[in-house]
Amino acid sequence: MAEMTLIQAITQAMDEELARDKRVFITGEDVGPRGGVFRATMGLFDKYGADRIVDSPLAELSIVAIGIGAAVAGLRPICEIQFADFIHPAFNQIVSEASKMYYRSNGQWNVPMVIRAPYGGGISGGLYHSQSVEAFFTHLPGLKVVIPSTPHDAKGLLKSAVRDPNPVMFFEPKKGYRAIKGDVPEGDYTVPIGPARIARVGTDVSVYAYGMMAHYATIAAEMVAQSDGIAAEVVDLRTLLPVDKEAILNSFKKTGKALIVYEDNLTMGYGAEVAAILANEGFEYMDAPVRRLAGPDVPGVPFSHDMQEFFMVNPHKIADAIRDLAAY
Amino acid sequence: MATNIIMPQLGESVVEGTVSEWLKKVGDTVSEYEPIVRVSTDKVDTEIPSPVAGVLLAIYVQEGSTVNAGVVLGEIGAQGEQVATLSAPTAAPANAPAPMASAPAAPSASSPAPAVDKGYTGHVTPVVARMIAEHGLDVNAIKGTGRDGRITKKDVLAYLESKGAPAPASSLAPWEQPGSGDLFKPAVEYELPSAPSAPVAPVAPVAPVAPPTPSAPVAPVAPSTPPAPVAPVAPPTPPAPVSSSIPSELLAITGMRRSIADHMVQSKRIAPHATTIFEVDLGQVVAHRDANKAAFAKQGVKLTFTPYFVWACARALLNHPMLNARWTDEGIVVQHAANIGMATALPDGLIVPVLKNAQDYNLIGLARKVNDLAERARTRQLLPDEVRDGTFTITNHGVSGSLFATPIINQPQSAILGVGAIEKRVKVVNDAIAIRPCAYLSLSFDHRLIDGASADAFVAEVKQLLESWQ
Repeated sequence: MAEMTLIQAITQAMDEELARDKRVFITGEDVGPRGGVFRATMGLFDKYGADRIVDSPLAELSIVAIGIGAAVAGLRPICEIQFADFIHPAFNQIVSEASKMYYRSNGQWNVPMVIRAPYGGGISGGLYHSQSVEAFFTHLPGLKVVIPSTPHDAKGLLKSAVRDPNPVMFFEPKKGYRAIKGDVPEGDYTVPIGPARIARVGTDVSVYAYGMMAHYATIAAEMVAQSDGIAAEVVDLRTLLPVDKEAILNSFKKTGKALIVYEDNLTMGYGAEVAAILANEGFEYMDAPVRRLAGPDVPGVPFSHDMQEFFMVNPHKIADAIRDLAAY
Repeated sequence: MATNIIMPQLGESVVEGTVSEWLKKVGDTVSEYEPIVRVSTDKVDTEIPSPVAGVLLAIYVQEGSTVNAGVVLGEIGAQGEQVATLSAPTAAPANAPAPMASAPAAPSASSPAPAVDKGYTGHVTPVVARMIAEHGLDVNAIKGTGRDGRITKKDVLAYLESKGAPAPASSLAPWEQPGSGDLFKPAVEYELPSAPSAPVAPVAPVAPVAPPTPSAPVAPVAPSTPPAPVAPVAPPTPPAPVSSSIPSELLAITGMRRSIADHMVQSKRIAPHATTIFEVDLGQVVAHRDANKAAFAKQGVKLTFTPYFVWACARALLNHPMLNARWTDEGIVVQHAANIGMATALPDGLIVPVLKNAQDYNLIGLARKVNDLAERARTRQLLPDEVRDGTFTITNHGVSGSLFATPIINQPQSAILGVGAIEKRVKVVNDAIAIRPCAYLSLSFDHRLIDGASADAFVAEVKQLLESWQ
């Protein structure tokens, strides 16, 4: 068991999967000798060569399209999109081809592909390097959407994603790449796609989050426990599609109060779906309005430091929202 | 996060089970699928495999206790992990109610001096509304500590606790709480009618009928509740007393007896039964059995007549799919596997193990399977899966000498074949008097989907197969 950063765990997962299965290959911008813009593929080119760590043109549409074709032909591509902000040119391929292939071919062809993309703000990246795009993709039956928040889960979930017979969108909280550390078991293990994780047990308020916000929510829960004696339960969703309804509802039945946290823009963000689940199936357990804490509805995460701070959800904002809900 | 070990539903009509033995102790390491607890029900005894790998963190239901399906028996998690799901009996010796009661410490301190008692503000949340209704409470009696005096779930819980009401069973789903309360009540309780004046003696034997389990190991209620007297269900008003003029006694209805009763009533109610009876000449079968008994025995198989009937039915069912079908409101479900149930008598009832895909076996395969299922039915070692999904049933009432019968269909199936006693009868064969081993076959069928002609065609084929056995 070694402590490592989120991105080290991701690199290790890919390294082990490349070694385990000859069908696995990586393609994306600068993933080769340069090791990727975030160094997620660092060292893999030297180890596995140019045939399996393939530098791509600066064209996301073709990265994903090549991945789909290779997957249908029997390979196991891992496509890296340098920033989730750049995934939009590939949107058509993901929506119209990858997500529908199995259904459209009546089960004859499937697309065992992983698309990795760093997402999220708070890194002074401005409008084109800070976007949260998960809600576009959780709308698509046929995809799986995964967002880890710990190194342990990042390695285990990425391995599950590589082995999954479906296209898996694997979004990585890039602010946490080096900020989040944790123990990662040696060698092969997987974390199943689907189940949520109770990151912290509590009885007063349920906080639902994923990615960087799950990490922050855990910190916030600790803050309110110490300052106010509030026992907040943190549910790290981990998989957004298909989502773990049972875990969502079980926690809510205990607390009756829900705070859903995400850093994407508030309106039509992923938290709206969680709120709908609670309203629909948890109504009789409701002890307060279901609350969402998310980014404001502005077109992008601003570059200016102060404005970025205004935009971003952080542990203090989460703690305040927990206190407010606990007092309701 | 800890994972619950849950009492499964072991069979269609089995709704409760008894923990007969924990195979692991708290603190023991278990691997996934390793048997962890042995459970017995009216119909089957089985071992429940661990749902995950880890350490057994807590046992909520002790050996000897009977609980409903769905109740949490214990929890498994990582070494040193605190029991998370509900009560964390190790971490905080407090279940949900305790922290809830203590959390609003400040407001409750002011309760002795209700100077500005805002009380009910006119708004309650859904969970509070539900709890008030469930417990029949007066909202105005509950002091609200939420914003603007709003009554919160905690306030209701605190109020209930202060009134000494039963622990708040409502806030957790049934699978979230260790069994307690009426989940533990014996299947049937009888209150002795207060000794009537006249004949004391005959009534006396009623007393010890009370089921043995309830009182002692009832304790595993939520860990926090004081081990107060676990009132094993308020004594109900005495049932209709046993008649005092006839010497009699009252027997508790076992779960199995109850489920047989329900099943029979239901079957007779929903399916219009009709029965057709054929006589079959078993000369060929008897000859075959006599000739092969020894050879089968060498392979460790006792050859009885049952597999012959199963074999013939399986063949005929494939040619007469309606007999193997099921009536539903959506339509008639035609099933393409002959899963043949074999009614097996037990000392206190009966059970029907199912021989699945009977059409796939040859005679020795069937014989082996029949013997194995019958043996394990008698010793109650059938797996839940082995009493499910039958499509047709054979009942061998002839073993007790019965000639023919009108068996009741085993729902949701559509037909049942009764096999009467095999005995030598005088028959006219080719205008000569012959002595042949014969038996009556009685087929009861559901007239909603099977007509007399098709039922007769099926039995005729069974008869023909048996009479031409090579």
